[in-house]
Amino acid sequence: MRRVGISAVSALLLLSNSHSAFAEWGLNMTEGVTQLSQNVHGLHMTIFYICVAIAVVVFGVMLYSIIYHRKSRGAKAANFHESTTVEILWTLIPLIILVVMAIPATQTLIDMYDAEDAEIDIQVTGYQWKWRYTYLNEDVDFFSILTTPQEQIDNKEAKGENYLLEVDNPLVVPVDTKIRFLLTAKDVIHSWWVPDLAVKKDTIPGFINESWTIIDKPGIYRGQCTELCGKGHGFMPIVVKAVSKEEYATWITEQAIAQAAAREVKDMSYEELMAQGESVYKSNCAACHQANGSGMPPVFPALAGSKIALGDIADHIDIVLNGKKGSAMGAYAEQLSVSDIAAVVTYERNAWGNDKGDMATPKQVKQQKESGK
Amino acid sequence: MNTPKYYVPARSHWPIFGAVAVFLTLFSMASIIHESSQGSVGTGSVVLAVISGFLMLYMLFGWFGEVVNEGLRGLNSDQLKRSFRFSMGWFIFSEVMFFAAFFGALFYARMFAVPWLGGEGAKGEANMLWEGFTAHWPLLTTPDMNTYPGAMGVIDAWKLPFINTVLLIISSVTLTFAHHSLRAQNKAATLKWIALTLALGVAFMCVQIYEYGHAMNDLNLTLNSGIYGSTFFMLTGFHGAHVTLGAIMIFVMYWRVKNDHFTPDDHFGFEAAAWYWHFVDVVWLLLFTFVYVF
Amino acid sequence: MSHAIESADHHHGPDKGFLRWVYTTNHKDIGTMYLLLALGSLLIGGTMAFVIRAELFQPGLQLVDPNFFNQMTTMHGLIMVFGAIMPAFVGLANWLVPMMIGAPDMALPRINNWSFWLLPFAFGMLLCTLFMDGGAPNFGWTFYAPLSTSYAPPSVTFFIFSVHIMGISSIMGAVNVIVTIFNMRAPGMTFMKMPLFVWTWLITAFLLIAVMPVLAGVVTMMLMDIHFGTSFFDAAGGGDPVLFQHVFWFFGHPEVYIMILPAFGIVSHIISTFSRKPLFGYTSMVWATASIAVLSFIVWAHHMFTVGLPLVGELFFMYSTMLIAVPTGVKVFNWVTTMFRGSMTFETPMLFAIAFVVLFTIGGLSGLMLAIAPADFQYHDTYFVVAHFHYVLVPGALFSILAGVYYWLPKWCGRMYSETLGKWHFWLSFIGVNITFFPMHFVGLAGMPRRIPDYALQFADFNAIVSVGAFIFGLSQLIFVYNLWRTTIGGKGEQATDKVWDEPDGLEWDIPSPAPYHSFQEPPQVK
Ligand code: HEA
Ligand code: HEA
Ligand code: HEC
Ligand code: CUA
Ligand SMILES: [Cu+2]
Repeated sequence: MRRVGISAVSALLLLSNSHSAFAEWGLNMTEGVTQLSQNVHGLHMTIFYICVAIAVVVFGVMLYSIIYHRKSRGAKAANFHESTTVEILWTLIPLIILVVMAIPATQTLIDMYDAEDAEIDIQVTGYQWKWRYTYLNEDVDFFSILTTPQEQIDNKEAKGENYLLEVDNPLVVPVDTKIRFLLTAKDVIHSWWVPDLAVKKDTIPGFINESWTIIDKPGIYRGQCTELCGKGHGFMPIVVKAVSKEEYATWITEQAIAQAAAREVKDMSYEELMAQGESVYKSNCAACHQANGSGMPPVFPALAGSKIALGDIADHIDIVLNGKKGSAMGAYAEQLSVSDIAAVVTYERNAWGNDKGDMATPKQVKQQKESGK
Repeated sequence: MNTPKYYVPARSHWPIFGAVAVFLTLFSMASIIHESSQGSVGTGSVVLAVISGFLMLYMLFGWFGEVVNEGLRGLNSDQLKRSFRFSMGWFIFSEVMFFAAFFGALFYARMFAVPWLGGEGAKGEANMLWEGFTAHWPLLTTPDMNTYPGAMGVIDAWKLPFINTVLLIISSVTLTFAHHSLRAQNKAATLKWIALTLALGVAFMCVQIYEYGHAMNDLNLTLNSGIYGSTFFMLTGFHGAHVTLGAIMIFVMYWRVKNDHFTPDDHFGFEAAAWYWHFVDVVWLLLFTFVYVF
Repeated sequence: MSHAIESADHHHGPDKGFLRWVYTTNHKDIGTMYLLLALGSLLIGGTMAFVIRAELFQPGLQLVDPNFFNQMTTMHGLIMVFGAIMPAFVGLANWLVPMMIGAPDMALPRINNWSFWLLPFAFGMLLCTLFMDGGAPNFGWTFYAPLSTSYAPPSVTFFIFSVHIMGISSIMGAVNVIVTIFNMRAPGMTFMKMPLFVWTWLITAFLLIAVMPVLAGVVTMMLMDIHFGTSFFDAAGGGDPVLFQHVFWFFGHPEVYIMILPAFGIVSHIISTFSRKPLFGYTSMVWATASIAVLSFIVWAHHMFTVGLPLVGELFFMYSTMLIAVPTGVKVFNWVTTMFRGSMTFETPMLFAIAFVVLFTIGGLSGLMLAIAPADFQYHDTYFVVAHFHYVLVPGALFSILAGVYYWLPKWCGRMYSETLGKWHFWLSFIGVNITFFPMHFVGLAGMPRRIPDYALQFADFNAIVSVGAFIFGLSQLIFVYNLWRTTIGGKGEQATDKVWDEPDGLEWDIPSPAPYHSFQEPPQVK
């Protein structure tokens, strides 16, 4: 019986040490790279030590009784069974302990809620299953998608160092700057979490949540979506790249120019469309419709042989542009450029035995996008 | 408290019957809803729904019939009668909590969600996603009018709903008169008051149905109108369903009084129906206040 | 009860055959059926946990695809909560409440049978969704909208109706318990003389009646949103997905206490018996239970600290949640003081009860850490939460049920279980449960989100350990199943005395072992 108490207590003590000795084992909460995350870590350690202390006292008394007041040792049972004094005592003492915990907790919480005076506003939008970052004061807006190859996930290839925690376009932000996040979602609820920033906020479709951070150190900080959002929930990581203010200024200008260029509509050949379409399809559509176009009926329809993919091209472009209300099929008009949409539509009409033979041009898509509201 | 010897219950086939009936009813309802969302409703489910409806009726008649008979034969101890009373009380409490969920939704939408969407309060940033939307209660213009087309107007509390309030309050009073007459062993008066109560209940339902027609046809107020229509129809709809149930109970009480089932000091069935009716009445008063007036 | 008086004499023994179980109005038969249903659910839910743990044994997708993984997580949670823990407690209530208060049976025996028989249908329907087009519910046992509405698999309609059936069953069951306790106590059994198990169940039943209808309400709103065009959970129509969470957790938090209060009752009996000392602080135990129940209605949003509640809300729910530690602490201290200067022996029920106190406290303390809102921003939806609630539910609720079954089994069937097997069961479970759930704290703090089928490499070692622990723990439950079978159907084990243990307290020990089909023919007198 002794082992009950001992193993529990020693396990707790083990955890209590984790701060110093075991930090690199990934046993404990990160201290992070912001003032706030350090406060939260400090708070966590405080309440943790208080809990350990309580546990030691409670389990200690229990262990003592178990060892000394056992019948096999000849212990005779006492008969006391009531004492208002001790009851009041052990109501009041915990109450005081709780007040002691509540004070720093309240302080930290109030800090967390103070998003005033931010220098940069970034809108974070959750999609099934990717993130979109819109720099509200700049002309920069992009999606951020998992880049771990499917082969690694399927154990066909060795897993890389940042397995499942790597994306194509990280969120780039400057250090020492107050950044406000405006979080929302397009489909279901997601949650944007970067442990090193101690920022975790749910993204609620149709509503906006606020959060903020000031990062102390340049570096790459990784996090994950933490609200169940469907089958890709485990596969929508977050990567934040904190850089010096100068680097950030250069980056943001370059991005704005590059994005403006990408919005221009060029003519593309069938081959170009098919090649680009395949890659757009892989990163945007395959999660639901599957890489081979077979879908997962009845929820996610197959595109191979689908009526729409083999029917009128305008309808096909329309469903990709505007999605289908009340289903998981989202509107891609804002998410993809017109050439991407032209490419993916062309690809869907000509891949997996869908030998329709026609193609959608970026111009056509642009026209349809502008005519239909 | 003291029963000389405890009674020992006999086995019964009604519970399993009840379980099967409830299951089949809900299962067939689920199937019908499911199939209609998938395209077409199969005949199988409809047939099953009809069958389970009959099963349900048979079970209710059989089970309640048996309980009534036991009562008539004087088999119920005082203790058991007390158990019945307690059970009815707690059952009504559970119904109160069911309505509480919908009232909670109403208050939340009015006090938090809609103002936030309209740019007011702690989370007013939400308005940047719904440009041009302003918060008003009752919500006639929704944030996204394409999906939820809103409504053209609301029902004037001081017209039909007020009449309905009066009808229901009077019906609670007439039911109390019926109770007094029952205690005074005045069968004719009891029947008269019960009939009047029932008539008022039916009148209430007729007005309510008329009002629904008005809402849907003239005001374009439907379940699809956005949160105002949603809460309006959920609350009044579930209330209406409960009025119907209460009216059925009262109808049964009419029949039972007629057949001399009750004595001045032993008429639990009547009291249960009356409690239920008063409960429905109180819910209406809340509805009238929070759905129609304010 | 129709033939109550006339035919009382014919009904001293059970009927024979299958129909006995179908038509029965006997609280013991019904209790047995509830317990068997719970055991079956535990094995099914546990098998699903095995699927989860097998997939998570190593990084990468090995066995199941992510969608099926989500179905397993969801069904595991639902079946354990609604199919295993709750019915097990209702089964214990059926067996014990009438015996403990000196009643012949439950107040409404026919309703009692009805409540039970609704459940196999409800769970049958729920399990059938696994084989439907599009698969079973995959949106977590908390089924947050809009993942469970616009984005749900078609089987969600059946899920909703199955929840409705469970709700009817629970409400009727709870009404029955309350009425039995209010109205069927033997003469002299005042409220403050009632055994603690009865008290805790009375309060649990009250919670059930208060919150199950709210659950019914929220699934009804879902149904309307999915099929009838309402917009409760859709901002486009003026609703709010967060509204779903408020209503759900208004049900959900009391629900978790529904799963622990009866456990408090059980261990109170066991600790007192095997310490050979009256329970310390009976009155404060009753008050503490009641306070926990009252507080449970005003803490719900501690599950929603990260949804972006306004600051005042956040603070209110943080403080109220922290307060719950006070009455719960009172209970823990009373148990420890009951053991203090007792004369303890360590039979299987006592081992489980002691493990309960220790491990539940660990779970409670991690709960308290979760209650600190700013810290919860780092804990929320990670394995730290999974560790917390498994500590309170598995070595908490489940251990108390196991302890209770060992404790009262001799009274039920008249024979002693095998103490050796019992000890094996205990020690393997105890070790297994800690290997399974303790490391979850670490991976949680290190940043592993819950409900993911695949994870980053730094979580790999601990996950492997957890999975091994899960298999040790799960398989050791087979010892329990065998021990049960051996004692009841197998007919092994020595004859139990009427008292079974040294001087246990309570009316149930005054009647013979096995307890006669109808415990009390005449009201016993309570001094
Ligand atoms: C039996 C079930 C059970 C019980 C009893 C509890 C008990 C408690 N729970 Fe737990 N909880 C769950 C089941 C349970 N919980 C479940 C299932 C979830 C997850 C749901 C989901 O999302 O799927 C959850 C999640 C959960 C969260 C949300 C976490 C998140 O998602 O981010 C929080 C936050 O506050 C919380 C807090 C608490 C607290 C404060 C208690 C308290 O009641 C604990 C009180 C006990 C003690 C504190 C220990 C003993 C006391 C002393 C020794 C006295 C001295 C102590 C002090 C003064 C500190 N729980
Ligand atoms: C209520 C009680 C309860 C119980 C008892 C358990 C028991 C267990 N649970 Fe859990 N669990 C929950 C309630 C419970 N759980 C809830 C509410 C969730 C949240 C769900 C959600 O996120 O929505 C959850 C989630 C959950 C997760 C997280 C999943 C995720 O986030 O993706 C994990 C992961 O390890 C897990 C593991 C386990 C394990 C290993 C056990 C072990 O204790 C199980 C031990 C196994 C057995 C007891 C069965 C033994 C079976 C056999 C020996 C086979 C015999 C088979 C036949 C005869 C057919 N559970
Ligand atoms: C989150 C899941 C999801 C993603 C990602 C997704 N779709 Fe869909 N898609 C759906 C669903 C669900 C439908 C069915 C809509 C309906 O008819 O109700 C659908 C329907 C379609 C259809 C019509 C098929 C038919 O026969 O009805 C086309 C074409 C289509 N999607 C193309 C795409 C393209 C192109 C992309 C990527 C740019 C994409 N989808 C990404 C879920 C998704
Ligand atoms: Cu997005 Cu989980
Ligand atoms: Cu809770």
